[in-house]
Amino acid sequence: MTLTAQNVSWRAGGRLVVDGVDLEPEPLSTVGLLGPNGSGKSSLLRLLSGVRETASGAVLLDGEPIAGAARRAVARRVAVVEQNAETETDLTVADVVGLGRIPHRRPWSGPSAQDDAAVRSALERVGMAGMAGRRWHTLSGGERQRAQIARALAQEPRELLLDEPTNHLDIGHQLDLLDLVARLPVTAVVALHDLNLAAMYCDRILLLDRGRPVAAGTPAQVLTEESIAAVYGVRAELAPAGPGGRPWVRFLGRC
Amino acid sequence: MPEASTTRRGPVPAALAAGLALLALSVAAAVAVGPAGISAAEVWRVVAARATGGDSGMPPLREAIIWESRLPRALLAAACGAGLAVCGAVLQSLLRNPLADPFVLGVSSGASTGAVLVVVLGLGGGLLTLPAGAFAGACAAFAVVLLLSRLSGGTTAKVVLSGVAVMQLFSALTSLAVFTSASAEQTRGVLFWLMGSLSGADWSDVLLSAAAVAAALAVCTASASSLDAFAFGDEAAAALGVSVARTRLLLLTATGMLTAVLVSSAGAIGFVGLVLPHAVRVLTGPGHRRLLPVSAVAGAVLLVWVDAAARLAFDPQELPIGVMTSLIGVPVFVYILVRTRGAR
Repeated sequence: MTLTAQNVSWRAGGRLVVDGVDLEPEPLSTVGLLGPNGSGKSSLLRLLSGVRETASGAVLLDGEPIAGAARRAVARRVAVVEQNAETETDLTVADVVGLGRIPHRRPWSGPSAQDDAAVRSALERVGMAGMAGRRWHTLSGGERQRAQIARALAQEPRELLLDEPTNHLDIGHQLDLLDLVARLPVTAVVALHDLNLAAMYCDRILLLDRGRPVAAGTPAQVLTEESIAAVYGVRAELAPAGPGGRPWVRFLGRC
Repeated sequence: MPEASTTRRGPVPAALAAGLALLALSVAAAVAVGPAGISAAEVWRVVAARATGGDSGMPPLREAIIWESRLPRALLAAACGAGLAVCGAVLQSLLRNPLADPFVLGVSSGASTGAVLVVVLGLGGGLLTLPAGAFAGACAAFAVVLLLSRLSGGTTAKVVLSGVAVMQLFSALTSLAVFTSASAEQTRGVLFWLMGSLSGADWSDVLLSAAAVAAALAVCTASASSLDAFAFGDEAAAALGVSVARTRLLLLTATGMLTAVLVSSAGAIGFVGLVLPHAVRVLTGPGHRRLLPVSAVAGAVLLVWVDAAARLAFDPQELPIGVMTSLIGVPVFVYILVRTRGAR
């Protein structure tokens, strides 16, 4: 059992932003959310994390509606890495990662030895063990993303939701980051723009268009010349040449 | 790396104990300084005598200077400093705005309107005192800020904008009342009080303010983790398990009410709530579990000394304490701005 969405919809300004989406990730798998700008990827992630309430349908965590669950209990299970994390506060990397321990803490109590250990192991996992004292404002884009992922890991989640985590990263860092996410012992739902990266790292893909689910399945099932033309308005050629026989998309131009 | 983690993880209880000891010494020193030539030992004798119900063996006039005038004044200064510093620290984090201070919620403007209405227009028919009128005005302004920010969607930026709007509105109302009906004498009195004055401090002010500070400090410290979680915004806080709307309302109410109590007993003492939290963050780091109590003690010590200076600098004339805090606060603020330039 894990985090599932059943026919969820969400409305903003009278418009259906998310329109009847189902999602049932296999435990420990990586699911890619694809679709053009404004197709509802970020909104769907907010529904999944319970930060927004669904207009209809339900998000279930272990079969229980997330809407009625205690926020802190949800945050101990589901961690979120947002698209742009910005702060005015002068935080160190250790401070940022330590935020992930908040849902595990009671009011009044400070960080325990267990919290410190979770922060350390999260930093090691993302390869930032030597950077705990670095200031957030001095980090590069890639380091910030990794620090946010370490913060999410410090929450010790079983479900991890990431909104375009490869934004602003060079290709090397994009591969490192998705490789890391795919290896983590969590169920991950990742919104992505890059179809080839999604094909390389996701076990399943959900393709959205204007809030509606258009296709769902393995990368080879979802990424076809027809679906890419229909959703993105782009002509493409597909070759099953990637690692593990995963499809590889070559763009030919606008339709 | 070790450097950053050790300076930020100093033992809080020890630092607080040292801070409280420094505060006690500061209060004793502030009571002693001044024209009557009182010694710290005499201060102690009076306090001990009052605490045990014994006799200090001092001339009644001397004892009255200590017990009825200077000691409540120094303690009110401590309570105001502690409260304003805590409110500033909480609001800066909660509203994600380094320029937020305790008066961002419109409370001080509301207080001035209330005070002017009582003093100038005689509202309440002489039953309402100036502080009571100020408190009522502060609460009214705060209620309007909450209502406005709620009507406009309740986001962080809307709270700040509502505060600015309400501040302007109540300032205009104050000016209107003064312009249409105040005598020069009344205006002078209200203005002096508004710039901050501890000269009328008595024990009931001290007890009320201290109780308000203690209550608000308890509420805010209990929410320290939630305040930490706001560093990356409301949505990030929600994803970390914070009930954002409830926490925001609770903390806005705690700081708004505390500021209302402090402003109505001592006027609007500026810059402490804005500058001090920034200075304390340099020492404690951004974690609110350290930041809030240390800010409280530091604010208390600072304002005790500033008030002593305001009392003595132009003796026998007294400088409004708000003028003094701004004169000291602006250079410190500039220094912090320049110092943190590299970090951004």
